[in-house]
Amino acid sequence: MNTPLKAPVLAVDHVVKRFGKTVAVNGLSLDIRENEFFALLGPSGCGKTTLLRMIAGFEVPDEGRIRLSGSDITEQAPEKRPLNLMFQSYALFPHMTVRQNLAYGLEMERLGKPEISARVEEMLKTTDLQALAGRKPAELSGGQKQRVALARALIKRPKVLLLDEPLGALDKKLREKMQLELKRLQHEVGITFIIVTHDQEEALVMADRVAVLKDGSILQCGTPEEVYERPANRFVAGFIGVMNFIEGEIGADALFRAGGEALACDLGGLKRDQKAVLAVRPENIALKPAGAGVSGTVVDVAYHGLDRQIYVKTALSTVPLQVRVAATGPGASAAQTGAVVSLGFDAATCRLFQD
Amino acid sequence: MSSQTARSNLMALPAVAWLGLFMVVPCLIILAYAFLTRGLYGGIEYTLTAENFQRVVDPLYAKIFLTSVRIAGLATLLAILIAYPAAYAICLAPKRTQPLLLFFAVLPFWSNYLIRTYAWIVLLNREGLINNLLRWFGYEGEPLALLYSEGAVITGLVYNYLPFVILAIYSSLSRLNGELIEASRDLGAGRVRTFFRVTLPLTMPGVAAGGVFVFVLSIGNFVTPALLGGGRFQMIGNLVYDQFLTANDWPFGAALGMVLIAVMIGLLLLQARASSRFSGETQGAANG
Repeated sequence: MNTPLKAPVLAVDHVVKRFGKTVAVNGLSLDIRENEFFALLGPSGCGKTTLLRMIAGFEVPDEGRIRLSGSDITEQAPEKRPLNLMFQSYALFPHMTVRQNLAYGLEMERLGKPEISARVEEMLKTTDLQALAGRKPAELSGGQKQRVALARALIKRPKVLLLDEPLGALDKKLREKMQLELKRLQHEVGITFIIVTHDQEEALVMADRVAVLKDGSILQCGTPEEVYERPANRFVAGFIGVMNFIEGEIGADALFRAGGEALACDLGGLKRDQKAVLAVRPENIALKPAGAGVSGTVVDVAYHGLDRQIYVKTALSTVPLQVRVAATGPGASAAQTGAVVSLGFDAATCRLFQD
Repeated sequence: MSSQTARSNLMALPAVAWLGLFMVVPCLIILAYAFLTRGLYGGIEYTLTAENFQRVVDPLYAKIFLTSVRIAGLATLLAILIAYPAAYAICLAPKRTQPLLLFFAVLPFWSNYLIRTYAWIVLLNREGLINNLLRWFGYEGEPLALLYSEGAVITGLVYNYLPFVILAIYSSLSRLNGELIEASRDLGAGRVRTFFRVTLPLTMPGVAAGGVFVFVLSIGNFVTPALLGGGRFQMIGNLVYDQFLTANDWPFGAALGMVLIAVMIGLLLLQARASSRFSGETQGAANG
């Protein structure tokens, strides 16, 4: 929030897209800043891919405008737009070698042969593809294909690079490596990245800002910290990270009540005397000595290496609450199935939403 | 593994037996005939000679060969030029209507080959539909001699084999990943350059399969040249037909047939190589 606001490189202005009777994108507006790593995050069918395809030029919005560096590109043909898309399937040309795939986009700009080959060699080096330059896509592994697709888009030096689920086809280990690799590359080339993903972890790790989409609208747009720590509504709270939800009501005394227990909470604009849902992250529930908080019974323990996720049944909710306990910290020994524990809630980290 | 090979051999047996008995054996007989001498009243005499093959390269016959190649080549080119846009249009149609459109494209195929060829005579002759239409529109000169020309033969051949080419190109096009076309546009290629750099190369196997099909069937065809060419010029198929049934020179007919078969096999091998080059990256993957 304190970073100086740069001029938006890409502006999406009240864009609507319908397919028959379904509204895929519903009056969505978005400003993306220069050199930003921006993530469009949402479940499948939320309209994020349609939005990306409209930015790339493969779909034309029914309403609204899209501007790139101030000029209207809403109806411009994809080949005329100074931005590039990295396809989810990579869409490498199977009849061309890696080198030919990279050169293709530059040939279309009618650059001279020496310049093309110089830039291709440079990009092969940047993306560590020199050894594979003569291979055809079918002779590459998934991770290698992903690098070629990225190189083929980056070599065009686009103003904005669009990435459609770029890591979706890779296995978990490689995906984590490539997340950091993508981030490093983005800093290196200084190009605005817009990534579409359904993986909230991926969005949090890589992006400078995240927009959470549902049913064609943006529910919340902010830095990963903002979205994670101060979710705007119950959907965002549940979609990002792990969250405990407790159904209850706000009493006349401004305390949140559920299952006979009362918790102090920041009302966050909600009125007294109404039903509400309390959301609290597992790492924000503290294990306390018996009698000091809400008492419960440990029903399950999941070992995660550095920490443990314990499931505690309390009077607050029918579903056991998830609590994160450091593997070596205090309470680690208490966290055993069947143990009676006490849970402490901090008003600063509990959030209330209207039911 | 070996029991599986044994089983697959067993399953292929009927086809192998059938083709062996009714195709390979007759071909070998014809091959043998080609090296023998003609009998006085047809048939053959068992005297070995290479003379029949020497006659094949005689300028008179070589010219007929070249005419056949030209006609078959033009028919192939024309068929591809007509079939490609048609196949493309079918691919662009909604998925549900595509089978119906393909059905209409193949529809003429269900009627008899001879009847279809005779229909062209009705259309093209001096008192035919096309000349009558022209007159109706005010044309007053001599009726056009459309029939009994090279053009009529090519028209007939293209008409007859077009459905195959549409099907072959359609099957290639429909398997093409649409994202490749979008990727090409995204990288700055317009529709035309995208077609020549991405779509066409990747559908070459279909074009080659359809093209070889038309060429091979056209170059050996003798019904269409006989009916629509009116015997004014001969194609290789007519020449072979005449050697066997009119001139009673079986060995020479056999030699001509063998040369024709050799040309066809050569073309089919080329096509197989071309399509594995374009779509056979998997082969390369095994090596790499």
